[in-house]
Amino acid sequence: MVDRTAVGDLFDGYAPARTLGTPAWDEMFEAPGVVRPAAAVLHDALTSLSASEFEARAAARDRGFHDRGITFQLSGEERPWPLDLVPRVIPEAEWTTLEAGVAQRVRALEAFLADVYGTGQILADRVVPHRLVTTSVHFHRAAFGVEPANGVRIQVAGIDVVRGEDGRFYVLEDNIRCPSGISYVVENRRMMARIFPELFASHRVLPVASYPARLLEALRAAAPAGVSDPTVVVLTPGVYNSAYFEHSFLARQMGVELVEGRDLLCRNDTVYMRTTDGEQRVDVVYRRVDDDFLDPLHFRPDSLVGCPGILNAARAGNVAISNAVGNGVADDKLAYTYVPDMIRYYLAEEPILPNVETYRLEDPEALHHVLGHLHELVLKPVSGSGGYGILIGPQATEAQLDAARAAVAANPREWIAQRPVSLSTAPTDVGGRLAPRHLDLRPFAVNDGTSVWVVPGGLTRVALPEGGMVVNSSQGGGSKDTWVTVDGRRVPRVRAARAAKPGRREVAPDPGPALSFAGTEQQQQQQQQQQQRPAPC
Amino acid sequence: MLSRIAESLYWIGRYIERAEDTARILDVHVHYLLEGPLIDEDLACRNLLAAMGVPAASPAPDGLFNAKLVTELLAFDEANPSSIVSSLTAARANARGVSEAISSEMWEALNTSYNALPGQVAIGRGVGPYTFFRYVRERAAIMAGLTDSTMSRDDAWRFLVIGRSLERIDMLARLLSTGLHPRDGDGDDVDWVILLRSCSAHEAFLRTYHREVEPILAAEFLLLDRLFPRSIFCAVSTAEQCLADLDPRYGRAGMADEARRVLGLVRTNLEFRRIEDLLSDLGGQLRNVQTGCSAASAALAARYFRQTRSVEWVSEGPGIEVAAADGSTRMEALPAPAAAGSDADRLAALAAEEDPVPGADGTAGDDALAEDDGAGERGASPDARMAGR
Repeated sequence: MVDRTAVGDLFDGYAPARTLGTPAWDEMFEAPGVVRPAAAVLHDALTSLSASEFEARAAARDRGFHDRGITFQLSGEERPWPLDLVPRVIPEAEWTTLEAGVAQRVRALEAFLADVYGTGQILADRVVPHRLVTTSVHFHRAAFGVEPANGVRIQVAGIDVVRGEDGRFYVLEDNIRCPSGISYVVENRRMMARIFPELFASHRVLPVASYPARLLEALRAAAPAGVSDPTVVVLTPGVYNSAYFEHSFLARQMGVELVEGRDLLCRNDTVYMRTTDGEQRVDVVYRRVDDDFLDPLHFRPDSLVGCPGILNAARAGNVAISNAVGNGVADDKLAYTYVPDMIRYYLAEEPILPNVETYRLEDPEALHHVLGHLHELVLKPVSGSGGYGILIGPQATEAQLDAARAAVAANPREWIAQRPVSLSTAPTDVGGRLAPRHLDLRPFAVNDGTSVWVVPGGLTRVALPEGGMVVNSSQGGGSKDTWVTVDGRRVPRVRAARAAKPGRREVAPDPGPALSFAGTEQQQQQQQQQQQRPAPC
Repeated sequence: MLSRIAESLYWIGRYIERAEDTARILDVHVHYLLEGPLIDEDLACRNLLAAMGVPAASPAPDGLFNAKLVTELLAFDEANPSSIVSSLTAARANARGVSEAISSEMWEALNTSYNALPGQVAIGRGVGPYTFFRYVRERAAIMAGLTDSTMSRDDAWRFLVIGRSLERIDMLARLLSTGLHPRDGDGDDVDWVILLRSCSAHEAFLRTYHREVEPILAAEFLLLDRLFPRSIFCAVSTAEQCLADLDPRYGRAGMADEARRVLGLVRTNLEFRRIEDLLSDLGGQLRNVQTGCSAASAALAARYFRQTRSVEWVSEGPGIEVAAADGSTRMEALPAPAAAGSDADRLAALAAEEDPVPGADGTAGDDALAEDDGAGERGASPDARMAGR
């Protein structure tokens, strides 16, 4: 018998979070006790679980991740990847908008990159100031003249979005250099299907597993002209990189070599890898090494993880580097504020997804306003990542605010200020109970030059401390499987098995020879047993 | 395939086989000491440690070696690079770097084995080592099974199998060369039943010869049997076949592939010799086998695992000539925007040197197999892959 005494315990005492004064949008509940229609089935399924059943699945999850080596280092200890057991549900109708908005942004950013590493039309038209580009640390002169064969510089993008108090999605950040996390999207789904098979039976969730195939297609499409069957490799800094699991995952799923810098060499502007059959030419490098370390000839000369000469090879058109060098100019947080303008300028469309209201601090008026209202704003370093250096005004101490004011006044170009958005919350496992925790979403887009494809869902990251808004896993964040659910009544389920063709006889597997003949078996047994008896006196 | 990956696969094969063989040897050894009360435990343990190449281990407080101490050293000791725990750790570390080149099931099996090691060691220390040895053998069997059933028979598989075969030859040669358990009062004699059992060969021997174990037959079985997979002959042949598949070209004369040439010499030297002759100089013959193994390993590394160290680049201002990774090419650097003041005395680049060949002991000479000069050093510790990273 299953213990049913604890029914409903998981959601007991669940109340919406009011971290920044206003109630946050909750992904599962419209109001306390009122479940959103899209999450109703999930809610019911979870309610029927007892706390001990829930715990058993959590243990199975941890063991599974540990065995598969999906772990990360936290304070020197190897921990299983933090996947929360309650998935996040996004109904398909909402997803369609989000998907279109992400694709639109990627198209605009592509156009911007082609422009600033080309004629600079948008600068000449003063839509985006020259200063933005020339003062960016990620604007590389070395990237000039490197023309991608199919015009794509952003094969992979991760656009971070959050849901505000009003339930709308806002873009928080664009990642078009080396966005990571896609392997966890696929692995989270795989794990959930293993430990909650019954949830998948009652939902129709759009699959995410085709990502590696899509990426491979996009990478092959990026190959230099004239190469009919390109050799693609994934370039990793090595096993000690925190994202190594992902690099290895992608290489394995795409069936390509995972190389380190020392496996590559350049000769005559051509990139080769050292193999047991000698040197083999490489056509496309999906690199997970930052620009700064990619090529010691052009960037940091002390880099040991790059490949000397690879940029010259790319300029000569003999190898495609993906994502392209110099993309960082379009994804720092100041360039972010101009993306809506880019969308209007290049695509003549209105942005589908709004930005969070942001102050550019180079404007003296804005700077003055921000310095006076810092306790009501969120302050972010322009080129920071990983959640470091962010100051959340309403949660900061007076001393922190003073230090931040001084830093901003000293170098306004390095900072932006935003209206604090109370990120949406979702029920999250905290010590065996479900409590609201804030989360964001990183959908991943793949651009193969003909269309931009967005993985249904993406990586939902959760801030595990109560009231916390920083979701990065390097700061104790967790993750959730993200489901884009299709209304079951609209789409008929694909038939799993076609009906057998009439007239075709299915043959059962050969059972092998019978051990003995039915009639004689008993007799044989008796005789064998008789042999063991002591002889009669 | 990438040289780096080929090398890792080769060592994964070696480390797993080493862990398994060590577990087999220890299992039989410990059991033997427990069963035979008249055995000189100290001497037997010293012999075993010498054969496994564990140098200058310190005995127990009473100045003697015992089974517990030997188990600790050869099975659990993380400081001993050839212990079972170290071997499995090294195998897993190598697999982690090439986890996209082996099947994910293999990676998972190896990772699971590694994750469970601390617990298994604790159990082994607590209730006796038998469960630990069985655990190691079972995990190795799972790995062998997955290698067999989930890997394509491509070069990746071949490198792994070559590693496994060479290690098997080396371990068996070590085991045989111990004169592991001298019978009481009969110094030269060897307990062949124990030797057979530690190779899981006793039952196969009995089924083959249908008679009591005699030294000549047992030696023939372990050295020369064409069908038993753990015999030296079988392991050498397997390695040779894999090498031939790696590079199927035949020249008009001679043997271009050094590793194949050396192994072929090892095989023919055993295959075409009378067993009586083999037995009369067993020590020398086994030394030849071991030397041949390390020579083959070195030749393999020199041919297939050629790598260069990562190169460090030093910026020296505009238009500098720099040495490329393999020292053979020169390239022109564009002016580096961030270049600090040029310093004419600084090196343009640190010249790349070839990595020392992992596991090589430099004896890969033509005379490595000279009939009676015994070039190999008895009791050398098992090769270990140099920390390349």
